[in-house]
Amino acid sequence: MITTTLIEQTALSLMDKAAIEIPADYHHALKKASRTEDGELATFVLKAMLENYEVAKEDRCAMCGDTGVPRWFVKMGNEASVEGGMVALEAALRRATANATHNVPLRPNRVHPLWRTDHNNNVGIGAPEIEYGFEPEGDWIDLITVHKGGLFGTDYRMLFPSDGIQGIKRFYLDSLMAFGKRGLSCQPAIIGIGLGGSKDTCMSLGKRASTLRVVGSSNPDPRIADLEAEFKELGNSIGMGAMGFVGKHMVIDCNIEVGYCHTGGMPMSVHAFCLSSRRAVARLYPDGRVEYRTDPDWFTAYQRRDTIEWEPPVDNNQSTEIPAHTVDSPQTVENHQ
Amino acid sequence: MSGPREVRLSTTPTTEAIADLRLGDVVYLDGLLYTAREGVYTRALEQQANIPMDLPTESAANFHCSPAARINDDGSYDMGAVTATASFRFNKWLPQWMEKTGAKLIIGKGGMSSKDYKNYFVPNGAVYLSTVGYGTGALLGRGIEKVETVHWNKELGLAQAMWVIRCNKMGPFIVASDLNGECLFERENAKIARNVARAYEGTKPAILKRYGETDDPTDEVI
Repeated sequence: MITTTLIEQTALSLMDKAAIEIPADYHHALKKASRTEDGELATFVLKAMLENYEVAKEDRCAMCGDTGVPRWFVKMGNEASVEGGMVALEAALRRATANATHNVPLRPNRVHPLWRTDHNNNVGIGAPEIEYGFEPEGDWIDLITVHKGGLFGTDYRMLFPSDGIQGIKRFYLDSLMAFGKRGLSCQPAIIGIGLGGSKDTCMSLGKRASTLRVVGSSNPDPRIADLEAEFKELGNSIGMGAMGFVGKHMVIDCNIEVGYCHTGGMPMSVHAFCLSSRRAVARLYPDGRVEYRTDPDWFTAYQRRDTIEWEPPVDNNQSTEIPAHTVDSPQTVENHQ
Repeated sequence: MSGPREVRLSTTPTTEAIADLRLGDVVYLDGLLYTAREGVYTRALEQQANIPMDLPTESAANFHCSPAARINDDGSYDMGAVTATASFRFNKWLPQWMEKTGAKLIIGKGGMSSKDYKNYFVPNGAVYLSTVGYGTGALLGRGIEKVETVHWNKELGLAQAMWVIRCNKMGPFIVASDLNGECLFERENAKIARNVARAYEGTKPAILKRYGETDDPTDEVI
């Protein structure tokens, strides 16, 4: 049994790490980008950001004054059990969110949408969001906190099969342009694209693609992985860099996640995880062990399963099998209108 | 590459000092600045509350910011990171605010349009300074010498309150408008617009249209 004390202590520490320490994958990629950036102002911006990460760690101070909207993703192995049950877990996460807001400190961003009531602790109706996932094996739970900026860089559109890949590209570029100007999306960002699902799951997929997959990861479907690479390059070919200044780096990486959708539609969402890509992860075991990491490892083969019963992949690689009824090339999508 | 020019600037700057600023200069600030955004504007301009500072004598620098800060039990303040919020949303209040407070430096994220600059920044002798990144919150935090006080916390909450900060070489900020009303972001957008058609080549508009304001990606959205 995993104790609520352990959950609350670990959650508090994760809130601190997420706000202060830029994850290694993003940090490494931004350093690489700064070496090849040639726009004068964009270069200055990237250098300042890299310096900012160091100062935040040295001073144990939030890297960005807008500390985003803290939220939680909880992943549980099938054999995991929590002292007091899930209501106790949720209370522990809400306490940790409130206490970290005071301790770090974080900006108390969460307010009532109409009355603008601010509890000054990032807790309120539906806040922080707590979402769940499960894995077939294990007695651990993963706590993942993401403090995503809340205002710019995200959009949704119902596309249709006849829009095809070119329509997807168009909406992707529209989103980059709309929010990239003046740097509103605080690029270079990890762009997450959700394709398919229902409207709400389409948004969730895209948000998770940007926040729960690390830079350098690929979708296991090789054709989607190719699209990810192509979209990254396409975004960086606009000529817009940090803060919307002339530059070469707008997209640090592009992650695409898909879900089965209505046969007549092709919903799409775009999300941007910014220069302060705040996420932190820990795995908690019943014996009290806690392992910290920065890769949420959310999208496992189990999360992406497309069968009725869970059929573990035969080898250690994630399933890349393509069922016979799916389209065999992106262009084919257009023929099914 | 030499990089942009660096300038130290007072938060109660002289007309000459402002006139000397060029688009793209990097600025570090000294003196008092205050945060004011929709909460403060609404309270001061719409509800006509008395502004609890002597402006612009004490400060002519309005930061569009909510800090990550706390008020301790003993009444002291801890401020870690400070980062700007997007300014374009405040243009309905800014003309009146400038007139009332004599603000000369508007500091925020993303700038305003050149129309805003020409219509009421230039006539008020004011320029726009943009934060960098965005999100050099920790760097800006090092420029805080002291949090002097916070006004209207009870009425507006921590995020919307009027924080008064004494800064010492706080920065970097980038000069995003000048006394001719020129706009750095629009200048950059115009350069980028030349590439946009190439990036869009082969794509097509969505089958199902949306009611909207523009379908030209080289347009500004603010």
